[in-house]
Amino acid sequence: MTGTATAAHRAFGRRLATALYRRPRLQLGLLLGPPLGALVIAYLGALVLLLINAFWRYDAFIGRVVTQPTLDNFVQIVTASVFRDVAVRTVLTAGAVTIADAVIAFPIAYYMARVASHRTRNILVVAVVLPLWSGYLVKVYAWRVMLLNGGFLDSVLAPIGLRGPGLSDVSAWLVFSYLWLPYMILPIYAGLERIPGSLLEASADLGARASTTFRRVILPLTLPAVIAGSIFTFSLTLGDYVTPSLVAGGTQFIGNIVFENIGVVGNTPLAAAYACVPIVVMLIYLLLARRTGAFESL
Amino acid sequence: MAVEPVTSLSGRMPDQAPESLRRPVSAQAAETAVRLEAVRKVFGETEAVAGIDLEIADGEFFSMLGPSGSGKTTTLRMIAGFERPTSGRILLHGRDVTGVPPFDRDVNTVFQDYALFPHMNVSENVGYGLMVRRVDRAERDRRVTEALRMVRLAGFGRRKPSQLSGGQRQRVALARALVNRPRVLLLDEPLGALDLKLREEMQIELKVIQQQVGITFIYVTHDQEEALTMSDRLAVFSEGRIEQVGSPADVYERPTTPFVAGFVGTSNLLRGDVARAVIGSEGTFTVRPEKIRMTDPDTAAGDDELFAMGEIRDVIYLGSDTRYVVALDAGGELVVTQQNLETSSMEVLEARGRAVRLAWKRRHVLALEGGPSAGEEEARRNP
Ligand SMILES: Nc1ncnc2c1ncn2[C@@H]1O[C@H](COP(=O)(O)OP(=O)(O)O)[C@@H](O)[C@H]1O
Ligand SMILES: [Mg+2]
Repeated sequence: MTGTATAAHRAFGRRLATALYRRPRLQLGLLLGPPLGALVIAYLGALVLLLINAFWRYDAFIGRVVTQPTLDNFVQIVTASVFRDVAVRTVLTAGAVTIADAVIAFPIAYYMARVASHRTRNILVVAVVLPLWSGYLVKVYAWRVMLLNGGFLDSVLAPIGLRGPGLSDVSAWLVFSYLWLPYMILPIYAGLERIPGSLLEASADLGARASTTFRRVILPLTLPAVIAGSIFTFSLTLGDYVTPSLVAGGTQFIGNIVFENIGVVGNTPLAAAYACVPIVVMLIYLLLARRTGAFESL
Repeated sequence: MAVEPVTSLSGRMPDQAPESLRRPVSAQAAETAVRLEAVRKVFGETEAVAGIDLEIADGEFFSMLGPSGSGKTTTLRMIAGFERPTSGRILLHGRDVTGVPPFDRDVNTVFQDYALFPHMNVSENVGYGLMVRRVDRAERDRRVTEALRMVRLAGFGRRKPSQLSGGQRQRVALARALVNRPRVLLLDEPLGALDLKLREEMQIELKVIQQQVGITFIYVTHDQEEALTMSDRLAVFSEGRIEQVGSPADVYERPTTPFVAGFVGTSNLLRGDVARAVIGSEGTFTVRPEKIRMTDPDTAAGDDELFAMGEIRDVIYLGSDTRYVVALDAGGELVVTQQNLETSSMEVLEARGRAVRLAWKRRHVLALEGGPSAGEEEARRNP
């Protein structure tokens, strides 16, 4: 009884497996359908809502959003110098953070991937990932305490006649660079580890010194990884508002303006329009990255 | 010599080596290209290379043959400069290069995994060494084109390595090394990843190219047939030591140790009681399988022949030949190969279990490990 039932069961399973085997597309569809569906709804849905919102208008007089298509918000963020300045400051900071992280991350990742012993490597990987496990707010507050006028940094630097940056743009850059460093180290580490050692030996064998091998072989082969890391550091900086509000000493970033307009003023259409700035910047950035051929060799 | 039959396959063969790739023939023909003096290499607990002395002549095709883990790669990497010997000296054309980094040695390597740069096309790969050494653009292009023509890849310059087959990648790796006109070319199992047919083609091609360019080739392989067919001389490695150095004929016909006899060809060792019964003296001896005549048990012995009776235990049909494993009545076993001149596979396979008489010439018996050879033994008995 049960024997024939399981047999029938199995036969059905086999038929199904065969049917799927013959229709690889169907198989792929079943595999990817649910997560893709969720992504489309959650991701693109939110994005579309945001875009639609940006074309509405906040009526300050009645204190409500009016659903009436207009370009006013965009005109405002392009013409008003405050918005321009903040956008430029944010993008420049994001660029500076990315550069700082790339410069710091590369030697660390190189050491981890190609020099350190197995044990040291594992320890370093944990050391790099560990800060990501601790609270984001806690880390930023810790930095705030260190950076405050007359705080830890100032007292450490005092004996050599220097002062810390206090709460300023520079501090924001410093803290951002610290926060996103793991996101730069990990992809570069993975990228470096993927380069077969024989390629570096071949380069030396053909007459290249270490610096030439670095420039001609290592760097081009890890460029996709650096760009992957830079997408993290760049976009995370563009979108953040907590760090600037805690350590930037009153200067504003894109995130702060978006936050204020939604949370304080209630002008969601303007916030939505302004939120398009990082999206556009990221799109341009990705297009430029693609132009370098970084995605081809991925 | 061996070139004759090879070049007659001309359609398939590479073009004549272009001038730019040929090395001027050196005045003293037998100049030493590579010299190893008591070279050792220890990795932690393992002694990968346990003290090697070796001299390789200029223009020679020299093979390092041995089982996996016998220290061939480590030796090659020390010559290339990727590893520093724990002790000992390495000389290239008389110059001590023991502490010289790879980029300052006049040596190039063809890697087993080819190690082509994936982000460069074929031309850029081949031209890499010239570019690094700042050879000007026009000259570089000319030499790259010539090198690619020589390995029969003209017109493939713009392809990426990922768009090539295994055999083509192998040839790009070869061109990339040869284009620099090194004095010594190191090849670490360069044909290991290719299928049998392609491997045999490439063996011939490599040999022809080597004769055309006149560069010293040091060729690592674990395939005895490859080493025997391609080399001018070879060294047999075992456990970090060199067991024997000599021409292919030397090593094959006059192995000096049981290891060499076993690794190069089939061992066919006769030792202890069996040796006493069959050869008539103490020691360890070997007979090559193809030197043994297998006949009916009652066939009369020829002059100056040694013989042993036995029974065919196993038959391995190999197409043109058949390999018989014969259990000797005196104990032990011998492998015999016979050409399938008139026998069919059916007849051959029916031979199992048959009683046979094995006979071989006294001079084909080799004494191993310094024991007296059969010939010397005889001379001692009948002065
Ligand atoms: N980098 C290394 N670290 C530790 N042991 C090694 C290293 N390279 C080789 N060995 C050891 O040295 C011995 C010889 O290796 P190798 O030279 O690669 O032999 P072969 O090329 O003849 O197969 C092996 O036992 C191998 O495990
Ligand atoms: Mg090896």
